[in-house]
Amino acid sequence: MSCGESQPKRSRGSKSVLEGSIPSRPVYGVLEIRPGRLHLMVADAEGAEAILDLAASAPADFFAAAHIIYLPKKSGDRFVARLQQLVPAQLYVGPSYDAALPRLRRVLAGAHMGLQVYLAGTEGLMGQAMLEVTQAGVPHSAIQTEHRGSTVRRVQCVHCKGITEEVTHDPFQCAHCGLHLFVRDHYSRRIAAFQGVRVDAEDPGNIPESVERFR
Amino acid sequence: MSAGAAKIPVTVAEVTPVNELVTRFKFVRRDGGPMPTFSGGAHTVVEMNDRDRVRRNPYSIMSDPGDRGAYSISIRRDDNGRGGSLFMHRQVRPGMEMVISNPVNLFALDLRARKHLLLAGGIGITPFLAQIKQLSAMNGNFELHYSVRSASLASYADELVANHRSRVHLYHDERGEQIDLPALLDGQPLGTHVYVCGPKGMIAWVRNTATALGWPREAVHHEEFLAPASGKPFEVMLARSNKLIRVGEHQSLLEAIEAAGVEAPYLCRGGACGQCETDVLEHEGTFLHKDHWLTPTQCASGTKIMPCVSRFEGRTLVLDR
Ligand code: FES
Repeated sequence: MSCGESQPKRSRGSKSVLEGSIPSRPVYGVLEIRPGRLHLMVADAEGAEAILDLAASAPADFFAAAHIIYLPKKSGDRFVARLQQLVPAQLYVGPSYDAALPRLRRVLAGAHMGLQVYLAGTEGLMGQAMLEVTQAGVPHSAIQTEHRGSTVRRVQCVHCKGITEEVTHDPFQCAHCGLHLFVRDHYSRRIAAFQGVRVDAEDPGNIPESVERFR
Repeated sequence: MSAGAAKIPVTVAEVTPVNELVTRFKFVRRDGGPMPTFSGGAHTVVEMNDRDRVRRNPYSIMSDPGDRGAYSISIRRDDNGRGGSLFMHRQVRPGMEMVISNPVNLFALDLRARKHLLLAGGIGITPFLAQIKQLSAMNGNFELHYSVRSASLASYADELVANHRSRVHLYHDERGEQIDLPALLDGQPLGTHVYVCGPKGMIAWVRNTATALGWPREAVHHEEFLAPASGKPFEVMLARSNKLIRVGEHQSLLEAIEAAGVEAPYLCRGGACGQCETDVLEHEGTFLHKDHWLTPTQCASGTKIMPCVSRFEGRTLVLDR
């Protein structure tokens, strides 16, 4: 086993256990209610379940000060009605992170201290939202995260710097330069992506069989 | 011999009364060289040769971090204290030779902050004086809320108002004025950090209010040097040095260790930095933990003590020192 080989184990529902490896690999927690004047929640797909679980322990008026940005992706409208039933101050349902980004930026630009941030869902979503929120001035350790659903990774090619979203296989082919890349656990918070390194750098053409490591 | 930060031989250049309770001291190097660089919020430990004992007290450096010619500190006289401030007020004269430590900063500005909200109570203004000079030099966004007992005891308030009128807010206890803390914290833009230096109660009030409003712990900074508490004398065995020492009523455990000629590490001498943490090998009795460094679990374990501020009551105490 090398440091890159951490096989996620499935557990109940949308929760999967991500094994820890090297220090730069992010670890995620379980969302909990914290005091705040505005609760900003950003989630994708099964990340909605983390919000719904959180709601179970929320005080009565909690969601009146909540703004939920939700990207259903492959889960479709499976969770949307239940999120609506929480009656948040605002609920935005959008097709992609890029589509939601202007809204996220607007919320952050107008926010005050006392903002609580909750991120849930895939690593790619949480990483990118975390980047945006820390740039707005929230210390990263104050941002809550909970991993749910898919374990696909967002990977940056260290050679061409292109980012390939939703990587499932290792090695995989860079969507930008076409090199075959080995997915490292090395994670950059600055770009919210794992690093992909050419697998056949020393022996061109010798590419190991690609296996599905993230689903 | 140096168990704290490196030391600087200095001459007292000026002793200036600021008001009825506060006096300012200015130190320059004896060799005429520049002082080490420091950042706003740093303190220096001043050594005082008071007859048969050496006192060492930490004081915030209040001068301009951009000026390496001298360090200034301001000391409030404490008539009921252990005597350090009285020594400074009564014995120290211009021209006297003293030793101070290199600066150590346990209360630095977080330069990632979008805005710095500074809250001072009384003599707690001193670290902010240096921070404000640093912030002004870099065009930083700050706001000072300064609570004073009365206008006559408002150290440096006139100067602050004259230089930064729109950023300085004064509150006089005497007139019943108080910072409206919930309202003040509630309106701050994202990325604001709050810094508090003042009496214990004020620090607790700011920290608790901020937490209740959802401020992240990382955005709330405080500084409070605890004065070592007096108490019943007790005996301590220093295992490594093989010495049995006695800690006097008005002496700290750290001072007693130093008086026995044993080097012990320290940086703040006020229970805040963690540097003096010492392993307890054996004990029979009760610890009087006074620091804000050890966790409640560590305190309860009976295996650690912070000798700069904490004491012991009982029959045996053996330290790994
Ligand atoms: S010297 Fe800093 S905690 Fe004791």
